[in-house]
Amino acid sequence: MEKENSNFKKADEFLQMFKRGEEFTKALLKDNEKLRYNIVQLEEQLQRAGNEERIKLFEERIAQLEQELSSYHERFREVEAENRDFALKYLEVEEENNNLANLYVASYQLHSTLDFSEVLRVVLEIVINLIGAREFTIFLIDEKTDNLLPVAAEGLETSSVPRVRIGQGTIGTVAREGESFFSENITEAKEVNLNEPIVCIPLKIKDHIIGVISIYTLLTQKAGFTNIDYELFNLLAGHAATAIYSSRLYTQSERKLTTLQSFLDLLKEKTVR
Amino acid sequence: MCNILIVEDSPTMRQLISFAVKRIRGASAIEANDGVDALKKLLSNKIDLILSDINMPVMDGIKLISLVRGNPAYKDIPIIVITTEGAEEDRRRAFAVGANAFIPKPIQTQELIKLANKLLEKSAGSSL
Ligand SMILES: [Mg+2]
Repeated sequence: MEKENSNFKKADEFLQMFKRGEEFTKALLKDNEKLRYNIVQLEEQLQRAGNEERIKLFEERIAQLEQELSSYHERFREVEAENRDFALKYLEVEEENNNLANLYVASYQLHSTLDFSEVLRVVLEIVINLIGAREFTIFLIDEKTDNLLPVAAEGLETSSVPRVRIGQGTIGTVAREGESFFSENITEAKEVNLNEPIVCIPLKIKDHIIGVISIYTLLTQKAGFTNIDYELFNLLAGHAATAIYSSRLYTQSERKLTTLQSFLDLLKEKTVR
Repeated sequence: MCNILIVEDSPTMRQLISFAVKRIRGASAIEANDGVDALKKLLSNKIDLILSDINMPVMDGIKLISLVRGNPAYKDIPIIVITTEGAEEDRRRAFAVGANAFIPKPIQTQELIKLANKLLEKSAGSSL
């Protein structure tokens, strides 16, 4: 009986111990679980920290690249503007070249001959081909009568153009004052009106006026006058005047020389006889 | 290198066109006063392009173009005629005898250079 009792006691103790062991194991498992959880959390934290670090690096790189890109955009815009400037400059230089060529040709041709009718022909060509006039007249002053006489014309018969008194109408006024005349609506004139020229250019040697170029209509493709046209008008006013004047003097002196020569020949013949 | 023949009786126009032609890259200008003079220049030079006026003494542009087109040695040379405004009849006759293009007076240098380059390129392409 006693033995039985002691056996029960032992079993009870064992059970107690076992229970404690179970509790201990449970507690250990719980702790273990907690620790695992902590580890996972720590790992997550660590990873997040790494990601954030990397994101920060990426963001910095992006900002840097964006800055570079905007500086490239800026440079591109600058180069584009420079290109536009160069293109404009090129056009300007081209135009300047054309203008100089036109002026050179005009003055070269005007002084290329001493023949009066040749000079008139050159003036006509310049006004047609360089200025783009369709119908016009060249008048020269006849000092004996104070009249402007038509000496050459384009698009109309010279003989159909009446002479003009100095001071009379637009042409006569330009001949008296020596100032160029430009009508307000140069491109509107489609037909010749001899009393209403659209442009009148005095032919002047310094202050001495020798004639007038009177333009009535322009070629249809001529949309108006540009700088070069005004330069050409200036050139014509001076150079055409000297070319016309000197060729006329030369032609006259040539004629006189021929007359004198024939007189001399006649005299020689008489003295020989 | 190419030779451009300028056929014009007006010295002013001739000099002006010559200036424009000299600005075409690699081009030289050869000048003639009229159609007969042009034929002489064609005999003594290798011409790549002809720029011709219509109204000229001795031989006009129309006669010149038809003679050039009738000659196997010259028939493929591109020809640009230079006409005054309103000269539609001249233009029509020039095209009828074989002109390739026309340019009106007063001459716009850039326009002339562009047109000449175009025809020169085209004829260089077709002769390859
Ligand atoms: Mg002509």
